[in-house]
Parts: sequence; C-alpha cells; structure tokens
Amino acid sequence: MSNNEFTQELSVIEGKPSLRSLDEIISKPLDTKPDKKYYIALGVTLTMLTIGAVALAYSFYYGIGLWGNNNPVGWAWPIVNFVFWIGIGHAGTLISAILFLFRQKWRTGIARFAEGMTIFAVITAMIFPIIHTGRPWVAAVYLLPYPSQHSLWVNFYSPLLWDVFAVSTYFTVSFTFWYVGLIPDFASLRDRTKSKVKKIIYSITSLGWRHSNRHWRHYEMVYLILAGLATPLVLSVHTVVSFDFAVAQLPGWHSTIFPPYFVAGAVFSGFAMVQNVLIFIRKIFNYEHIITLDTLEKMNKIILLTGSMVGYAYTMEFFIAWYSGVPTEMFTFVNRAFGDYSWAYWIMFSCNVFIPQLFWFKKIRRTIPIMFVIAVFVNVGMWFERFVITVTSLSRDFLPSSWAYFKPTIVDGALLLGSFGLFFTLVLLFTKSLPVISIAEVKGVVDGSQPSHGEH
Amino acid sequence: MSEKILYSYSALFDTPDKIIHAAKTVAEKGFKKFDVNTPYPVHGMDKAMKLTKSKIGWVTLVFGLTGTLTAVTMMGWMMAVDYPIVIGGKPYFGLPGFGPIMFELSVLFGAVITVVALLMFFLKLPNNSHPVHDTEYMKNVSSDKYGILIEATDPKFNKNEVEALFQELGAEKILPIYFDEEEISFKPKIFDKKFIGFLVIVAAITSLSVYGTMNKVLYMIPFSWMSEQGKSIPQETSKVFKNGSDMLPPVKGTVARGYLPYRFKGQPDKAAELLVNPLLPTEENLALGKTKFNIYCSPCHGYLADGKSRLNGNFPAPPTLHSNKVRNWTDGRIYHVIMEGQNVMPSYAHQLSEKERWAVINYIRVLQRSFNAKESDLL
Ligand code: HEC
Repeated sequence: MSNNEFTQELSVIEGKPSLRSLDEIISKPLDTKPDKKYYIALGVTLTMLTIGAVALAYSFYYGIGLWGNNNPVGWAWPIVNFVFWIGIGHAGTLISAILFLFRQKWRTGIARFAEGMTIFAVITAMIFPIIHTGRPWVAAVYLLPYPSQHSLWVNFYSPLLWDVFAVSTYFTVSFTFWYVGLIPDFASLRDRTKSKVKKIIYSITSLGWRHSNRHWRHYEMVYLILAGLATPLVLSVHTVVSFDFAVAQLPGWHSTIFPPYFVAGAVFSGFAMVQNVLIFIRKIFNYEHIITLDTLEKMNKIILLTGSMVGYAYTMEFFIAWYSGVPTEMFTFVNRAFGDYSWAYWIMFSCNVFIPQLFWFKKIRRTIPIMFVIAVFVNVGMWFERFVITVTSLSRDFLPSSWAYFKPTIVDGALLLGSFGLFFTLVLLFTKSLPVISIAEVKGVVDGSQPSHGEH
Repeated sequence: MSEKILYSYSALFDTPDKIIHAAKTVAEKGFKKFDVNTPYPVHGMDKAMKLTKSKIGWVTLVFGLTGTLTAVTMMGWMMAVDYPIVIGGKPYFGLPGFGPIMFELSVLFGAVITVVALLMFFLKLPNNSHPVHDTEYMKNVSSDKYGILIEATDPKFNKNEVEALFQELGAEKILPIYFDEEEISFKPKIFDKKFIGFLVIVAAITSLSVYGTMNKVLYMIPFSWMSEQGKSIPQETSKVFKNGSDMLPPVKGTVARGYLPYRFKGQPDKAAELLVNPLLPTEENLALGKTKFNIYCSPCHGYLADGKSRLNGNFPAPPTLHSNKVRNWTDGRIYHVIMEGQNVMPSYAHQLSEKERWAVINYIRVLQRSFNAKESDLL
C-alpha cells in the first residue's frame, strides 16, 4: 500500500460509462414521448396549481380578507410560505456555487437539477409577498424606486426593500448562472437531434456554441467568477430575509442570531427537498450511476449538519431570552413552547432537531426509503419553523389587549397547495424539456476523461 | 458550380492524452490560427495551446464596482438630496443602511455584465453561421471525440503538410471543413415580404393589447382602483337590515352627547333661581366669551352691549344690557334668554355650546361692570 491511495480521488460517476452513452441517457427524456405515469403526475400537480389559481382569483376579486390574517397577525401564511420557498431555493445555489468553489466533484451530477429547483422555488416564493399586497398589479409601483407623480421614493432603510433587491438579484443571477451552464449542453443536443424544429430551438439557445477551447478558457473563468459571486449572494439573501424579522422590535424577532440561523435553516430544508426529488429522478430516468448513493449520503450528511445548527439556534434562542432578562422576550419563548401554539412548536422541534439525528447512522444515511421519509419530515418541520416564528410572535405582542389567535382559512390552504402545484409542475416540465444533468460537466468527471499526468 | 472554399483541416482524436499531445505539437510548430474542440474543458489544454489566462475577471471587477457606485449615488441622491425625510431618526445619508442594496447591485451588475461581455465580446456569440457548424467534425466533438483544426488562412498552412502532421499524431479521422456556400452568399433581406408581414402582426398585437389593457382591463373589477367596494352607499337599498337601511334608528329617548334638552322651557323664574354659572371669569373664558359675543350678539346689541345695533333699523333695536334690570338678573336668567330668546330676539341655543353660553354671560358681566365702574376698580 502506498501513500498515494489517500490522495487518489474517488470516482463520482460509477462504472466509467462512455461519453456517448452519457449523451444518450441524459437526453433520453427529451427525445422520448412522456409515458402514462408522467401524465398522471402532471395531472396531479396541475390540479393543485389550478386549486391555488382559483383561490388566488377569489382573493383578488373579494380581497385578501378571505385569508386568516387578523389584526395582530398581519403577516401570517403568505410570509411563512415566502420564507419557506426562498429557503428551498438555497440548496441549489449552495450545491452549484459553494460546493463548486470547494471543488466537491460529487456535486456535478446534481448541480443542474438543484439549480433548476432554485429558480422554480424563487419564482414560487416571489408570488407570496406580491399577492400579500392585495393588488399585485400595482405592487411594482410600491416596491421599486421609480420617478412617480408624488416625487416620493421608496424607503431604502427598510429591510422589506432590501428584500426586493436581494430576491430579484438572486433570481437574476441564479438564472444567468443556470443558463451559462446550459449553453454547451444545448450545443450537444443541437448536434445530436434529428428533429428539424428542435434543431432550430437548440441552435438559438446554444447561441452557436462550438465547444472550442478558446471559448472554454473564458467560459471556465466566468463559471468560477459566477460561483464566487453567487456564494456571498446566497448567504446574503436569507440574511436579508431574516432582517425582515430581526430589524423589527417584536419579541421573538429582534435577535442577532437570525441571519446565520435562517441561512442554516434554508440550506437544511433545501437539501431535504432536493434529496426528495432526486430520489425519484434517478430512479425514473435510470441515473443511479450518475446520482449515486454516495452523493445522496453526502447530502444527508449536510442535512444532519445544518439540522444540528438549527437545533443549536433553537436552544440558544431560549438561553438568550432568559439571559436578556427582558420579561416580554422571556414570555414569548415560554409561550412558544407551552402556549397556544405549542403544538406547532413541538412539530417543528421534533421534525427539525430530533428526527434528522437518525442520520448519524450510516445504515440510515444509505437506505433510500428511510432517508426519503426523514427529508419529508424536515420539510414539514421547516415550514412550521417559519410558522412558529411569524405567527407566535405576532399573535402575542407587547400589548395584551390586542392579542389574538390566528386561524388559517381554506383559501390559505388552497394557496399553499397551489404553490406546491406550481413548483412541481415546473419541475416536471423541466425534466422533459432540458437536460436535468449537466452533460459537459459530468463528462469532465468521468474516470479517464482528463489527461493522465504520467507523461511528464 | 464554383469551387468550395476551404476553411480548415481538422482531425479527430480518441483520448484526452492524444489531444493534449496534438495541441502541444501544433502550437510548438508555430501555427497560430488553430483551435481545439472538446466536449468538456480538458485540464491542461490552455497550457498546451499556449493560451494565457482569461482576463475577463477585470470586467467583473470594474462593473461590480460600478454597481456599488450606482447604488450609493442612487440612494444618496434619493434619500438625502431629492426628497430628504427623517426615517426612524437615521441620517439622510446613512451608509450602513445602504449596505445591503450596495452589495446586491454590485453582484447583479458584476454577474450579468460579465456574462453579456463573455458571450458578446469574448466569444462573439451568438454565431450560428460558423463553418464548423453541421459538419461531421462538430457532431463528434460535441459528443465524445476530441478535435483539433488548423485554419487555411494560417500563414504556415499547407494542405499536405497538415494532413501528414495529423497522421503522424495518430488522428483517428482527418476531415477538411469548407465554408457553406449559402452562408457566404447570404444577404439579409429587410424588405422581405415575410419579415414585413411579421412586423405588421407584431405591431398589431402590441397595440391591441396595450389599448385593451389601458382602456378596458384596467376598468374592470378588481383592477379598477377599488371603484367597487363592499360598503353601503347612500340612497341604495341595503341587505343589512330588514327595513333596507344600513343603520338602525337610535333607541327611543336616546340623547346625543352635549344635547341634553333644556330643563326650564318657559320657566324664566325657575331658570333664574336654579341655574348656576359653572365657569370662572378667567382670562381664557373671557376671551372665548368676547369672541362669541362679538359674533353672535353684537350685531343687534352692539359691541358694548349698549343697544347700538348695526342693523340700521332693519330689525328692532334691543334695549341696552346695562339697565338695572339686566344687571340685577342672575346669570341663569340671561342664560334663559339665550336659550329661548325673548319676544323678537330668537334663541341662540343652537349656535352656542353650553360652555360658550356661560362664557358670553361672563363677558356681558364684564361689560356691565366697566360701564358702572367704581373708584375701587381702578386700583
Ligand atoms: C337679531 C338681533 C339680536 C341678537 C343677535 C341678539 N339679541 Fe338679545 N335682544 C334682541 C332684542 C330685539 C331684544 C329685546 C326683546 C324684547 O323686546 O324684549 C333682546 C333682548 C335681550 C335681552 C334682554 C334685555 C332686556 O332688557 O329684557 C338679553 C339679556 C339679550 N337680548 C341677550 C342677548 C345675547 C346674550 C345675545 C347673543 C347670544 C343676543 N341677545 C343676541 C335682539 C337680539
């Protein structure tokens, strides 16, 4: 045994598939007609989407009084959903940018898909604050600094406005990053397709990419730069989202732990969602050798890590509430755990802190059904985390005379369902219209695809 | 048929090692106009081709900083120059509060402009009319082969030599690439019928949809600026109560605040006896009394209450209020006159609130005293 063994890189793609077979397997879903199961799945998600759309039309026509939002709890579900979906998006950027900077090759198989999910999640998320204004068609007027008749500008000191900039920048940059990654793949598809229409489409979308090394040289640099820009960006987005809460003075919100705690939570829930969807994708499209069990295990490790960070934040919040000596703060936390909303608090706590601890066991990390269920729990828990933060604090603010219990209405529920419908509809359409695995990147990490260094 | 114009000679290789070797040799031979095409970036190829490091990072740096600067100037101008408002006690120009948006715009500018620069200026894309497109060469290098091509315009280019060189390097296949006849002789036709037709259709759709949105959709519920609201509108029947109104009449005997009925209707003596002036003759109360007296009483009674009416005989002039009779009246008795009027003088109950009535009375007392001043008042 030589020492070299330790520095030798493990292969991230199993079984050394030939490059052409990779082309074939990745573009297969694009070339074949969808089967019955696909239509059933699409039918389900479209139904969900329609239910949400009807609920939304109702809300526009009759006003958002149809929702459960009441006087102290003005932020209720729309904001809970917004923070939840934005969080889901974070995993994609983490995988595509941060892990890229850390040269984690196992990311190549899942990066494209995760980035796609980022984009869909951000689209879904952006809907909520905008419809929360009640009249979204005039919302742009209130959100953006534009020279208006009133000659008044938006308030640049407000975290809500920071959010507008952070989320829209995040969307734009993620989309750009995603598209840049897609260009070489479009070129490969262009060169293999036999259909005339597809050829035209791919010619346009590939911009006439020629796989030229004189291009790769700049391209790779830009990819690195974009990863470098996206990394602080993704951290800033959930930080700014947390400012929406932390900058307010409400007990339970006004806390400096929020930014890191929110970012960890976002990555946590995002990874859970990506893991859930990938388990289906790799099975349905036979990508088991590209999205390997090792990859899933590594994702589970990240879920375990971020889950523990979130758990730490929960307990630390309690400690700080007590240590601060502020009676309202102390009350808020006792109330969270033992008050009217204790049910939500304990759902959150067990789903996010206790259940993911099972990932300490290697066996569980590598058993697909179990990890799937755990990740579902994580997503449920993370939705409840946002619910607990938003609703418990608002419903029990400083003035006991204004306290009220928040109850969602059926329209709230329909909108949440609709948001899942929208997200999964986009995911399904994505799997059939674009390569869900980056062809060029995966080829570059297959064993034997890079020159051996033996000659010098 | 004219002769095809040669663009380049190309060779396909099987393994990354071979292509690296080929690139190195070609570069060392002094060829300048050559290129390597690989399905994915091959490590070490830049070095083999003697390419320098990409300088595109400078674009990011410059435009990222432009983003920062844009953000600061925009926010500074809007918040501190154009429309300064104090928000939460923060300074007009508060850098810490601008921080997040400065960061976001730096990233936005940096990322988007870098990509635009990459595609348009560094790679000269989009370009779908390059000679390599649609060749067998291209189809292979975008899948699983590694290709190298030397352009015919390279000063050292020589058909046979290049072919021999490729052979020697172990090329799997050697292919000439020609310019596409159609693409070379292609001329853009702006006045093409189809193109004009397309423009007309686009114009029609755009104007129709803009017209429809601005003039129709925006006047439909719910886009119509809340013109339709779930509220009661006067003169319209409502479903809230059985009688078709939105408000119920008040319960019998309800009295509005400040409108208690007068207790001594037609009983001046009782009023004189039982009503007590609750107001003290403070400066404030007298000032109020003076104002109200001058407005409501002075036109008939004169500014000094001496009966010098300003109505020029259009209305019977009242007697002076400095008579012994009125001076000996209690405040309650005068109050009664204000409430009920007296003979031709109408009631002033509606014009004056209770407090104002007493204030006016206090002021009348002042006037009376000044007309009958004693020596002791001068001290
Ligand atoms: C429209 C003109 C008019 C106005 C204004 C008017 N009065 Fe008179 N007032 C009269 C007349 C005329 C009489 C005499 C009635 C009568 O013949 O007994 C009178 C009588 C009086 C008397 C009784 C005098 C007496 O000797 O019997 C008092 C007190 C009096 N007014 C107070 C007031 C006060 C206080 C106001 C202001 C709130 C006022 N009046 C406003 C016309 C007016």
